[in-house]
Amino acid sequence: MISNFPFIAVIIFISLGIYTLLFKKNLIKIAIGLCLIENGANLFLIALGYKKEAVAPIYTLAPAGQAMVLPTPQALTLTSIVIGLATTALVLSVAMMVYKHYGTLDTDEVRRLRG
Amino acid sequence: MNPMSKIVRTITKFTYGIIIIFGLYIIVHGHLTPGGGFQGGAVTASAFALLLISYGNLTTDKFLKKDLFSFLESCGLTLFITLAFLGLGLTFFYNFLANSGGWFGNISAVGINPGDLNTGGVVPLMNIAVGLEVLSGLGLIVLVMAAAMEFTKKKENL
Amino acid sequence: MKTKKIIFGIAFLLFFSFILVSALQMRPFGEPVFSEMDDYFIAHAQQETGTNNVVTSIVFDYRGFDTLGEATVLFTAICAIIALFREVTR
Repeated sequence: MISNFPFIAVIIFISLGIYTLLFKKNLIKIAIGLCLIENGANLFLIALGYKKEAVAPIYTLAPAGQAMVLPTPQALTLTSIVIGLATTALVLSVAMMVYKHYGTLDTDEVRRLRG
Repeated sequence: MNPMSKIVRTITKFTYGIIIIFGLYIIVHGHLTPGGGFQGGAVTASAFALLLISYGNLTTDKFLKKDLFSFLESCGLTLFITLAFLGLGLTFFYNFLANSGGWFGNISAVGINPGDLNTGGVVPLMNIAVGLEVLSGLGLIVLVMAAAMEFTKKKENL
Repeated sequence: MKTKKIIFGIAFLLFFSFILVSALQMRPFGEPVFSEMDDYFIAHAQQETGTNNVVTSIVFDYRGFDTLGEATVLFTAICAIIALFREVTR
């Protein structure tokens, strides 16, 4: 069981993120929880493509005679990190505008729609 | 946003040029060493964030213009889509410059070798286009959110 | 409000035990099962694309369509942030 440690770290990330989304009231803490879930998913993608005793998949001055790690999950994780960054920036901008209109960041107070 | 102390401003004056050049090096050598467009663009945008933190909001607005960043971002995305359409003879996104002898067209040796900058086909050009877009896009996010900080404060009771 | 927290707590414990059991039953770390596509990419990337970096050739040449979608998402998110703060930067 201890050899699966990256997968256990992934479930710790994701469950902490879901706990923060369910039980916290401040909007900034909810944004942090969203960011935690995204980072857990990226870590899971990279941990799937590892071979034992292998080096990075680059041919420039590589050490001779060794196998290479699978390169496709790394290419997909690049895309995912950039999209996560854009989503987090947009959530924080909306939180700024909510603070300007309502004066508070508590989600129990901002339920009523004001016209 | 208040500027930081004298020591921080002096060190920033020395290091922001080095950070920008390092980021551009990562972008251009994307087909030989680890890196590429997205990683190099993020490194270069951190130089703009360093300038913004150490000099304050109002001083940085004088020499980093938002309209120039917006124009560069649109240029980057348009160049990327144009490079994708140019290989339309066979398919969309066809690498029409690889191993052809023209621009970036040397033949790459098979196996472990120190790299040649002139290889790669259309991949280094795409690296430069995406790097330009990410660089100016992330700099624009940081500048716009810092300028809106004064606007979204709660009004104190006078 | 207490019943809402109790229901959330039970749902969260159920979810956490589910993914804990599935993480302990995954295949061992470091032995991928299906890797034919990646073996083809590692063996043929240098003579078909001419780059030394296999990851960059996958991102921009073999799977360039995903990169087009991602550049569009980044551009749209930045447009949305600028549109949200339009009165400030006039």
